[in-house]
Amino acid sequence: MDTLSENKFLQFLLLLGIFIVLCMIIPESEGNPLWRLPPLLAGLPLMINNGVDYLMFDWLPVAVYDPDIEEYEQIPIMRQFTRGVSGFILFMIELVRELLLGGVKTIVTFTSWDWATENQWARWPALPWTVVAGGAALLGYALSGWGLAIFAGVAFSYIAVFGQWEPSMQTLSFVLIAAPVSVCLGLALGVWAYKSRIAEAILNPILNVAQIMPHFSYLIPVMVFYGIGDHAGAIATIIFATPPMVRLTLLGLKKVPAEVTEAGLMNGCSSWQLLRRVQIPTARRDILIGVNQVIMQCLAMVVIASLIGAKGLGNDLLIALNRLRVGLALEIGVCIVLIAIVLDRLSMAWANQQTDYFANQSFTERHKHLLIFLVIFCAGVVLAFLGSLVFKEGFNYFYLIPHNKGITTEPFWQAGVDWIWDTFFYSLKAFNEWLIVDVLIPIKTAYLGMPVVATFTLAMGAGFIVGGIRSALIVGGFLLFIALTEWWDRALITAYLMTIAVLISGTIGIIVGTLCAQNKLSSRFILTVCDTFQTFPSFIYLIPVMMLFGVTDTSVVIAIVVYATIPATRYTVEGLRSVPESLHDAGSMSGVNRLQRYLSIELPMSFPHMALGINQTVVFALSMVIIGALIGTDDLGQLILKSLSEKSGVGNGLVLGFCVAFIGLAIDQILRTWANQRKAALDLA
Amino acid sequence: MSTEESTTPSTQTTTSANSTQPVIRCESVYKIFGDNAKRMMRETGGVVDAGKFEEAGCIVGVNNASFEVYPGELLIIMGLSGSGKSTLLRCISRLTDATAGEIFIEGQDILTMKNKQLIELRRSKMGMVFQSFALLPHKTVLENIAFPLQVKGESTKDSIERAKQMTELVGLAGRENYFPRQLSGGQQQRVGIARSLAIEPDIWFLDEPFSALDPLIRKEMQDEFLRLQGVLSKTILFVTHDFDEALRLADRIAIMKDGVIEQLDTPANIVLNPATEYVRKFTEEVPREKVLRIDTVMDPVDPAESVSDLKVPQDALIATVAESVLNAGKPVSVVNDNGQIVGTVHATKVIKILFGSRSDNQTSDQVEQP
Ligand SMILES: Nc1ncnc2c1ncn2[C@@H]1O[C@H](COP(=O)(O)OP(=O)(O)OP(=O)(O)O)[C@@H](O)[C@H]1O
Ligand SMILES: [Mg+2]
Repeated sequence: MDTLSENKFLQFLLLLGIFIVLCMIIPESEGNPLWRLPPLLAGLPLMINNGVDYLMFDWLPVAVYDPDIEEYEQIPIMRQFTRGVSGFILFMIELVRELLLGGVKTIVTFTSWDWATENQWARWPALPWTVVAGGAALLGYALSGWGLAIFAGVAFSYIAVFGQWEPSMQTLSFVLIAAPVSVCLGLALGVWAYKSRIAEAILNPILNVAQIMPHFSYLIPVMVFYGIGDHAGAIATIIFATPPMVRLTLLGLKKVPAEVTEAGLMNGCSSWQLLRRVQIPTARRDILIGVNQVIMQCLAMVVIASLIGAKGLGNDLLIALNRLRVGLALEIGVCIVLIAIVLDRLSMAWANQQTDYFANQSFTERHKHLLIFLVIFCAGVVLAFLGSLVFKEGFNYFYLIPHNKGITTEPFWQAGVDWIWDTFFYSLKAFNEWLIVDVLIPIKTAYLGMPVVATFTLAMGAGFIVGGIRSALIVGGFLLFIALTEWWDRALITAYLMTIAVLISGTIGIIVGTLCAQNKLSSRFILTVCDTFQTFPSFIYLIPVMMLFGVTDTSVVIAIVVYATIPATRYTVEGLRSVPESLHDAGSMSGVNRLQRYLSIELPMSFPHMALGINQTVVFALSMVIIGALIGTDDLGQLILKSLSEKSGVGNGLVLGFCVAFIGLAIDQILRTWANQRKAALDLA
Repeated sequence: MSTEESTTPSTQTTTSANSTQPVIRCESVYKIFGDNAKRMMRETGGVVDAGKFEEAGCIVGVNNASFEVYPGELLIIMGLSGSGKSTLLRCISRLTDATAGEIFIEGQDILTMKNKQLIELRRSKMGMVFQSFALLPHKTVLENIAFPLQVKGESTKDSIERAKQMTELVGLAGRENYFPRQLSGGQQQRVGIARSLAIEPDIWFLDEPFSALDPLIRKEMQDEFLRLQGVLSKTILFVTHDFDEALRLADRIAIMKDGVIEQLDTPANIVLNPATEYVRKFTEEVPREKVLRIDTVMDPVDPAESVSDLKVPQDALIATVAESVLNAGKPVSVVNDNGQIVGTVHATKVIKILFGSRSDNQTSDQVEQP
């Protein structure tokens, strides 16, 4: 008994035993509550729908003057509010968009459609793409140097030359509004949480859920409140991108040393100065990671937001994927990635800027960059004018390269795909079938064959062994919610896809990470690779696997595995590299060989960090599982995607989203508690 | 030793300065950490017993501190780790609010001060140097030093101009554009010092400014500090737990234990007349020659005696003149500020101070009391 209460491994074995017995003895039958709990929460989606309807259409009507019918009208305040927000955001997006692409909508905002049709000259001209690319390069130069300048210039030229200019600029205009709003909002909320304990207590659980909530579930409520279009996409993006910013801001501010704050106070800062000039800059590292995350999230949302009407690359990508035009999808994907990297690098460079107080500059030196931009602008305009003389056929390649009229490598990729199909058809097909028939389906059946009681026992038992009764109850609570909805089976499918992916990713990640952590150079290399791959929005990973395996579960699983391996690898490397050198030496001195040292010193020391990596792997995998719905799965994600097109999908979508989030949170609870315990035991905390 | 004895000399110092108003005056200052600190204070009627408070979940940081600091004076606060030195300093600079008591800065009660006044006071009168430097990591040396000025609203040009002078003052010229992370500990603390001096404060707080530095650099920085103090002569509160440092720098020393100021007196008095057993233990290992002035061991002038040509000032520390006195071969004359001979010092007595075992304290005490 004594050994059992101390040895966690034995406890787990016992738990597993009980679990298997439970699986065996409980028969599959619809009416048996031990098999499946009754869907007591089935009415929840409807209640949510009614609540939302009430909020939107009945609650607190206010009189608003409508200039069209020249009368006051009763409009519910919520509607009025969302209208205002939509209008504002839409205007901002249009403004940036028309600066880049030209158009008439911003002019219409200040006049009217009639006026605009009468006065055909009143059109905002687009900036020639050469000016935008040159401007981006100049910005890169001004903020960082030649490297970034060349990169930015080449990236934008690529976009133009490959005929993706228009959708790219649409996407860019959307990101240029959503990202700054998210950053400001996140910063404000983070500061608020830092200043007030109550705010922190309120925000914390929301942030936890928000981080694991699948992207799609945000779309539905946003759609209901804000309708469809670019603004709705932007709002969904903002809601999705803000939480990591809040979290990192709070984290960073909390890490500001007390003495630095005190130094600020003693230097006579008012509380605003303290925040703006001392605390936020000192917390800059974490806040910048937040900004970086926001940009990533914004671009990850580009495709998803297109489901509710955001124009741009995302929309095109979705169509290309649906039509299985892998080559085109690849080109579009590259554009998105390029925009992501350029924005990321520019924002980092901007935040790291320095001033030189010694330079005694003349007027031209001080306004050097502005002058160069003017030169670029004029050159671009002249070039565009010359272009209009040269290219008679209607497309002025020096002005705007029309959509899909640039160079394209699609035939090449298509040929490549065809070649792969022709050459490896049988081996790919065999692998595909083997994976589906011999691996995926059996596991899926096994998952679906678990009685609900057994699942609860296993999960809560694991929670109990790791974190005592508290963890057990938390985990149980999360599962109970899912079990009481109608979607337990679907949740099991989600869980099955996720488990497979996490197992494979975790194994690959830990092995690769361990190998690369053996020396400095390779660890730096692998971390850079992880950084780069993390910049890619998740759905990008679907493109190459679809090239190989078409629309099957195999594609989804492989995409998830690839995507989820990133955090597993990164955390393994970081964990191993953070083991102090002195311990290595101590190990070597006592005569252990490399493998022993790894197993007995490095691995246990870095385990807490690795556990966090696995936690991240779970989060990554879950989000990818749901995105996998885009190419066809039959789990929760598919249902969420479906509720997007239903009239009253809000309730379903939200509840389904919570189900996904709760799977993640349950696992998070166990892994995090465990990691913290190990950390405390190792005195790392 | 009774407390009365030891307070007498300190009252003398205060009377000599009594004509001027104290810069800092603390009246029964308490700082108690913990949620129910105020309630405990009320319940116990202001009599703070550390043990009892701890049982109630409170930690006593400062316990009934009363003292005054006069213009141009350098008061050193000493004590073991956790004795409440930093807390006392934080109370006086109001980085934390004292639980009870009154604190006056140049006659103004800072505990009742509005936030705005407090900011004004800090912008014009106070400077502080921190143990871990507390530089702003995103600003260069120059920007760090200019920061307090810019916060005040001075123009970039003026503040940078002034910051440049400050870098020269603390010997960092040429490194203006370095970031804190590119500097050594000693250099970083120079920046911290320059920053705290940029607004030309009247009151200077230093919380273990040199503890994070290695001994050689520490010595160098102490010299630097003395040089600066010679030029600037500010009113200074200086926290340290290094007695050598205290002796090198202090006008008066306050010794703290568990939040209580055990004794506040001149270095010599603290060493010679410890007020409590704790202070005696604390000062036991202190080399006397570094505390005592030469006039404490001199004898009255004996006209019959032949003395050497060497003359030593009466306020010189024994440690600084011991070598020349011993080398003189004959008794040496002691002179006051005006060059008048006030006594003679014999090598034997100096040797006794230098090499007499510490347990001889009592005897040497007797020697010193004529
Ligand atoms: N914010 C706080 N909350 C609770 N207790 C505190 C706080 N700050 C200090 N204390 C306690 O007050 C006591 C005095 O701390 P203080 O920092 O003043 O010591 P110190 O003399 O400066 O020590 P050191 O030489 O280590 O800097 C300590 O027991 C400490 O634990
Ligand atoms: Mg301290």
